[in-house]
Amino acid sequence: MNAAKVSWVALIGNPNSGKTAIFNLLTGMNQKVSNYPGITVEKKVGKGQFNDGTIYHLLDFPGTYSLTPESIDERIVTEQVLHWIHGKNPPAVIVSVVDATNLSRNLYLTTQLLDLGIPIVVALNMMDLIDQTKNIDPLSLDNWLGAAAVVPMSALKNNGLNKLKDQVQASIHTKPVNNDIFPLEVKKPLEKILLPITSLLYTKLGYAPRFAAAQALRLITRKSTLGLYNSAIQEEQKIDSITVSKIEDLRSVAIKKIEKAGLKPSSLEAMLRYQWLDENLAQKQYDLKNQIRKIHASEKIDQILTHRWLGPGIFIGLLYFIFQSIFSFASIPMDWIEAGVGWLSRGALTLVPESNFRGLLIDGIIAGIGSIIIFLPQIVILMFFLTLLEDSGYMARVAFMLDRGMRKIGLHGRSVLPLMSGYACAIPGVMSTRTIDNWKERLITMLILPLMSCSARLPVYALMIGAFIPPITVGYIFGLQGLMMVVMYFIGTVTALILAKIFSLWIKSEGKSSFVMEMPPYRLPILRSVFRQVFIRTKLFLFNAGKIILAISIILWFLASFPKTDKKGNHTTIHNSFAGKIGHTIEPAIQPLGFDWKVGIALITSFAAREVLVSTMATIYNVENTGDDMVQLSDAMKNDINLSTGLPVFTPLVAVSLMVFYVYAAQCMATFAIIRRETNTWKWPLFMIIYMNVLAYLLSFLVYQGGLWLGFS
Amino acid sequence: MDYAGIVDNCMTVGDLQQGDMAVVKSFLGGLDSQSRFMEMGILPGVELRLVKFAPLGGTIELKVRDYYVSIRQQDALNIVIEN
Repeated sequence: MNAAKVSWVALIGNPNSGKTAIFNLLTGMNQKVSNYPGITVEKKVGKGQFNDGTIYHLLDFPGTYSLTPESIDERIVTEQVLHWIHGKNPPAVIVSVVDATNLSRNLYLTTQLLDLGIPIVVALNMMDLIDQTKNIDPLSLDNWLGAAAVVPMSALKNNGLNKLKDQVQASIHTKPVNNDIFPLEVKKPLEKILLPITSLLYTKLGYAPRFAAAQALRLITRKSTLGLYNSAIQEEQKIDSITVSKIEDLRSVAIKKIEKAGLKPSSLEAMLRYQWLDENLAQKQYDLKNQIRKIHASEKIDQILTHRWLGPGIFIGLLYFIFQSIFSFASIPMDWIEAGVGWLSRGALTLVPESNFRGLLIDGIIAGIGSIIIFLPQIVILMFFLTLLEDSGYMARVAFMLDRGMRKIGLHGRSVLPLMSGYACAIPGVMSTRTIDNWKERLITMLILPLMSCSARLPVYALMIGAFIPPITVGYIFGLQGLMMVVMYFIGTVTALILAKIFSLWIKSEGKSSFVMEMPPYRLPILRSVFRQVFIRTKLFLFNAGKIILAISIILWFLASFPKTDKKGNHTTIHNSFAGKIGHTIEPAIQPLGFDWKVGIALITSFAAREVLVSTMATIYNVENTGDDMVQLSDAMKNDINLSTGLPVFTPLVAVSLMVFYVYAAQCMATFAIIRRETNTWKWPLFMIIYMNVLAYLLSFLVYQGGLWLGFS
Repeated sequence: MDYAGIVDNCMTVGDLQQGDMAVVKSFLGGLDSQSRFMEMGILPGVELRLVKFAPLGGTIELKVRDYYVSIRQQDALNIVIEN
């Protein structure tokens, strides 16, 4: 090995094994999140430092229970593993993260990793939760596993990390032990049946005997493993279609023989590995029988949280609490930000001499950006709560409780998390649908996901509600403003669910739906990692949205400020500006919804991103305002009078109509770009853009015209 | 091998009540989730306990080995248990 080359280490483990926490501890803030080419699965790479200061790279893989490529997450891991075996940049060491409280199931994956011929360091995590009487002996573990080392540790308590680093570093140059013997007891008849495949893999692809045997077993057990070879044909020189079809032939022959021997091919690998694991663990006085009788603390908590009546009630209450707190907690930092932005523009006013540049700076840039960062506290609070629910293990209970209902409308219990993430942002929501194995259920989840009101709608709702819905209390405890907010989220969600049912009736189903979901123990979320997650997501939102908002604010300022004079040389108002003309052109189409030309401009700019509505309105009102002071957007909207009718431009009814429009309209182009990538066709994103905008127009029309008819204004 | 017809009267996880314990005997044919069950350590000879039914039905929670897992009731009907 080249000494100058930085070695790299792979981190692989079950979901809920604490893998991400270990990754965060090892890399600190030195991590980069990107996507795997072609798919939107997050690829997390970080830079770590051994105790002697040597730098190494750490790659975090999605959580997986086994090396079979059933879901997309698992496919990532198994594809990578196959690449390594075929010589493409294998890691120096694999850290196999194991939850010590759940040893046998976690070690299943470890035994698969041990076949690879790459040094394995087992990070025996959550040792702090092991009761002292059980006393797992790490030393005896590494002996029979054949791992390079087993390091007991606790990511939560920050214990054992230095030892882990030392063991990883020490393992870099070692050869894995026990590599030429297949440790599982493959009984004679089976060994003979597998032999043709094993020797083909050995001679043609150069696999080590142990991996060849393991892979032969896996090929028999799971057809998807064969699919992996088929897709590798294009990418790798080592594999050609002749070899793959040879494997396929041998596989069918072997399966017939196995069935004849009275065995089930589809259960072979799991049977053999668990037999081996259970026998060895039993020798270590690890009693499986008693485990199922034990009532874990989580089960006691669940007596309340998934209780027949209390469970669903608590879930609804939690949702309500989250949305109320978005309003109440956030108001204090929002006031500070508002004051800060005001201070900044007054500063610019005194420091920068009167010029076009000052106009651009104050009315374009500061007003545009300022109107967005003011909603940051609300977005952060929403993301904070969602991350908390996810990391504590509560979301799995929600999926457990809601699977039946979800299935009735063509979705899956696992659709709940993506849909709830959709409340923060549709993009990570779409990405998290990859945990749904069934394509139809996954597609429908994606199709309706943008109807979940995301944080980009929050600024729109917040502006409209803050300005036009009176802050009164109804029914003693419910603030009308908060209630209105809940209503907006509610109608989007309910429409989404109804549409899911409709879509499920005409989208063809492929394969059966299945639901085998671990209920992870409740864990106190590691606050550091929650904050990091919130920070990363917020940063993404700020930078992605910020770039668009800044660009649009500048363009809009030009469109709204020019031409400065008309043909006769008179000073023009915003009505005659380029933006004004565009707005006036589409005004007839949106007048039935209660919107004037200013909203028309905002609707166009919102196609880039919804929250741009706010900055657009801010820019328009600031340009219109002839004085140099920054105007308060909500005040400006309240005071805006339609010159021809003498009535206010914005009324509570217009505000509600506008919010309803934003609940439904397809506006965030980034979402559709992601869905195009996930579905690999423009068909579905285009379908979504059409159905969402039709809904937006129709429902907004109904609300406004119906409201007028009922006598509201 | 197709078990259909042979095992009409056998007990399945679907017959369990809250708190019942049972040992897995076999799986009925045609169960898609079977391989997934087995990878997660739910296989013949393993003991399990029915922890609870979901509040709105449809799914059940089991304890297997050291962990809790939820599955659908329709899949539970395909996990045969020893009498």
